[in-house]
Amino acid sequence: MKTRQSTLINHVLLSAFSLLMLYPVIWWVGASLKKTSELSLPTIWPSVPMWENYTKGWMFSNDFTFAHFFGNTLWMELWNVVGGVTTAAIVAYGFGRLNFKFQGLWFSILLLTMMLPGQVTVVPQYILFNNFGFVDSYIPLILPHFFGGGAFFIFLLVQFIRGIPRDLDEAATIDGASVYGIFWRIVLPLLKPALVTVGIFTFIWSWDDFFSQVLYLSSVDKFTVGLALRMFIDQFDIQWGQLLAMSLLSVIPSAIIFFFAQKHFVEGIATTGLKG
Amino acid sequence: MRTKLGSSINLAGYVFISPWLIGFLLLTLWPIAQSFYLSFTNYSLLDDPVWAGMDNYTRIFTSDATFKKSLIVTFMFVLFSVPLKLFFSLLVAMALNKNLRGMNLYRTAIYFPSLIGGSIAVAALWRNMFGADGYINQVLSWFGIEGTGWIVNPDTALGTLILLNVWQFGSTMVIFLAGLKQVPQEMYEAASVDGAGKMRKFWSITLPMLSPVMFFNLVLGIINSFQTFTAAFIVTKGGPINATYVYALFLYEKAFKHYQMGYASALAWILLVIVAALTALNFFASRYWVFYESDGRKAK
Repeated sequence: MKTRQSTLINHVLLSAFSLLMLYPVIWWVGASLKKTSELSLPTIWPSVPMWENYTKGWMFSNDFTFAHFFGNTLWMELWNVVGGVTTAAIVAYGFGRLNFKFQGLWFSILLLTMMLPGQVTVVPQYILFNNFGFVDSYIPLILPHFFGGGAFFIFLLVQFIRGIPRDLDEAATIDGASVYGIFWRIVLPLLKPALVTVGIFTFIWSWDDFFSQVLYLSSVDKFTVGLALRMFIDQFDIQWGQLLAMSLLSVIPSAIIFFFAQKHFVEGIATTGLKG
Repeated sequence: MRTKLGSSINLAGYVFISPWLIGFLLLTLWPIAQSFYLSFTNYSLLDDPVWAGMDNYTRIFTSDATFKKSLIVTFMFVLFSVPLKLFFSLLVAMALNKNLRGMNLYRTAIYFPSLIGGSIAVAALWRNMFGADGYINQVLSWFGIEGTGWIVNPDTALGTLILLNVWQFGSTMVIFLAGLKQVPQEMYEAASVDGAGKMRKFWSITLPMLSPVMFFNLVLGIINSFQTFTAAFIVTKGGPINATYVYALFLYEKAFKHYQMGYASALAWILLVIVAALTALNFFASRYWVFYESDGRKAK
């Protein structure tokens, strides 16, 4: 009886809090259907929904529709996720399982880089990419993901790998498996839930990584969704309705991915998530 | 035999970490060294760097009012947003760490604001919500309070950005949630048997067991807040009258608007020293409040 009551209270509290958190988003949905003149009215819903905010917004640029910008971003994301997931797994296995010379030293350096402000490296990195002629291409955005996917993910996976019982490795060694075989046949399959987490985080964070996109992409045909949205703000007469409509669409991919993967997401971070 | 095995492990180790190692040398170590060198030069990207000695640093510390302003703004930002975010995300993580029906929906709803991240969407949203005739002021007017144009008022503009940062507590919360899942249930059960109440369990079990995660979130929270950029860049553009001109924005404009790469590198190094000092302080202080399970109990 008592637990039933507390369950109800939990539901009420959580719903209320979710609503509070989502309130600006609900307003956003309504506002995306409003005329500019109605935007400042206190009503959530417009008097007449302006569905053309979506159609006009989708084709607001003379040269490209938003399909083009979504395509660009997803193409970049594909490489980011592939690069991050594969190389993070490889590097993490090296740190988590193999006792090579100076392993401790390198691992400390890895952890230190996590604390390095990005601003320190951004100017020389820009100069470097500029010298190679990579500015205004996706290479500066994609390439870093192929170097282990970032210290945070390597650290996460190393913690995970350390939780995998060593007995499995030893049994495989007796059966004649090499370190490469152990990685491929034992560690990698067990690492899957954690890799899902790495993939999702990579996707969401690089979708949001506005700074690098502003820095490295300058021609409109290469623009990501985020940069395309900025073009609305740079217009003389800002079409708020269209801007809000398109920006709402821009968060849908991340939201869908998060919803379907949030269970892995949480468990993947918990280093003990190895029961299954 | 033994040495042969040892050297093959060595080789394998370096093969496996090579992607990171190459990236580290190419995109971290070399840039750090180069930015240190550039901080003593004048460099516009077009011509070769010209040695300038301590000029950049002297100018920053003696005659650059914007530097001082942006540093103060950034410190204020860190001072408020980090503790607020930690507090909220822990609170919410505890509320979400239950077996309830529909938890997926709650989690997604609460995480949603963090998905929007630093996109332009947020800029549009925030400018409208906190505008002079925006939603916040309408709600306040029901209570007879007259609001201001929160974003155009220099006294409140930074506050709106702090609020925005706290609203997006999702990643911090998820890490707390993962930490909470790792606290052994037996501990709570044992405490219940001993008659401990909810508060007592929180202070004696949850908080100590969670302290390493708390520490992780605190250290990364401070580092990330010092680098805050997008919100100021798109919501306020640093204004009004530099009230939200955060350090990263200052550095960005010096480098990529005025092309003073040497000056910007010096700014970057000052930031590095500040962040490193604070992180070191954190690590030092952690000895007094962070509890590692492996110290107390033998890890299996």
